[in-house]
Amino acid sequence: MAVDKDKLLQFLLRQGDNTLILGHRVSEWCGHSPILEEDIALANTALDLIGQTQMWLGYAAEVQGEGKSADDLAFLRDAWDFRNVLLTELPNGDFGQTLLRQFLFDAFQSVLMGRLMKSSDETVAAIAAKASKEVAYHVERSADTVVGLGDGTEESHNRMQAALEYLWPYVGEMFESDDIDAAMAEAGIAPDPAGLREEYDALVGKVLTEATLDIPAAKYAHKGGRTGYMHTEHLGHLLATMQWLQRAYPGCEW
Amino acid sequence: MTQPSVKQVWEWLETIPDPEIPVITLVDLGIIRNVEFHGETCVVSVTPTYSGCPATSMINMDIETKLRDCGLDKIELKQQLAPAWTTDWMSDKARAALEKYGIAPPQPAGGPQRCPHCGGNHLEKLSQFGSTPCKAQWRCQDCLEPFEYFKCI
Ligand SMILES: [Zn+2]
Repeated sequence: MAVDKDKLLQFLLRQGDNTLILGHRVSEWCGHSPILEEDIALANTALDLIGQTQMWLGYAAEVQGEGKSADDLAFLRDAWDFRNVLLTELPNGDFGQTLLRQFLFDAFQSVLMGRLMKSSDETVAAIAAKASKEVAYHVERSADTVVGLGDGTEESHNRMQAALEYLWPYVGEMFESDDIDAAMAEAGIAPDPAGLREEYDALVGKVLTEATLDIPAAKYAHKGGRTGYMHTEHLGHLLATMQWLQRAYPGCEW
Repeated sequence: MTQPSVKQVWEWLETIPDPEIPVITLVDLGIIRNVEFHGETCVVSVTPTYSGCPATSMINMDIETKLRDCGLDKIELKQQLAPAWTTDWMSDKARAALEKYGIAPPQPAGGPQRCPHCGGNHLEKLSQFGSTPCKAQWRCQDCLEPFEYFKCI
């Protein structure tokens, strides 16, 4: 069954913008991490995410059919055109907050990529198969660090609990679904995100329990990123840094 | 020149070292998936190791330069995503070369089999990531030397 091209494009932008924006955020740690091993690990994680972005946005540009490239989509769109979930654009905070945000996202990706590998769209399936191998490494590492810091010293535990209180209200948006998701599910391209929640909660619950962290009870979820309705004030600042070279010197290459 | 055989092109490619680990070749690494001629154009399909591997563009340039030096002038490089690269495609020759170079080769068990320096098997993981996305950092508790492990994916 032919799927609506605009909806497929929106779906691909959601994938690519998640990895692009989080990849940029994580790259902000380069040269600033507490120890060298962590600096290298974060830089490599960012690289994987940017690599996945090239595949997602490359395919998005192809589906769009306007002769644009993945770079055009990354560097020449404005904040309101981005379709990443709000979680990925939140500031890094301290090292613990960065790794907790990473874990909350990695856990989602590990569930989602497993399903996308069976996508009826061959390119989506191929990108997911490639990404899933990297995601497996990412989630193992971020989960280990969350446990290490959560079940660490009193200081690290308190910081991780505070980070969880801050980040948890942004988790719900990943499981929102709308007419785009319904179209993807109907065409067998992607699962309805709402259906991934149980598996996610089981994985995240297990790790957070081991980390001695308490999941906040409040159910409120901030949203508006994946639909582009309203991003946080943080995205514009991020884009100003990420895009300035292409904006100041259009078409610049090296 | 007359068009070389596909076998000849593979032999040329076999001599190109990996830009980050020069003791193994691109063919050993298993990332060159196919060579064929479309008319006069030599089409080489390459698959990335890790999606964000910064060596990818360097690798493509090295392939193109090598084939040009060998006299080919119509070359097309294709990125092939599926099936995704796996360390299972690495040749035994490459595994031995890696170990000799001080990098523990990938193992299905998910960690190094022995220290590439002393052969000891009391090993501990230091970090999931090393100097490149494809490697992790480990340490040998026998000789106390750190070493890199080529991750199994
Ligand atoms: Zn040793």
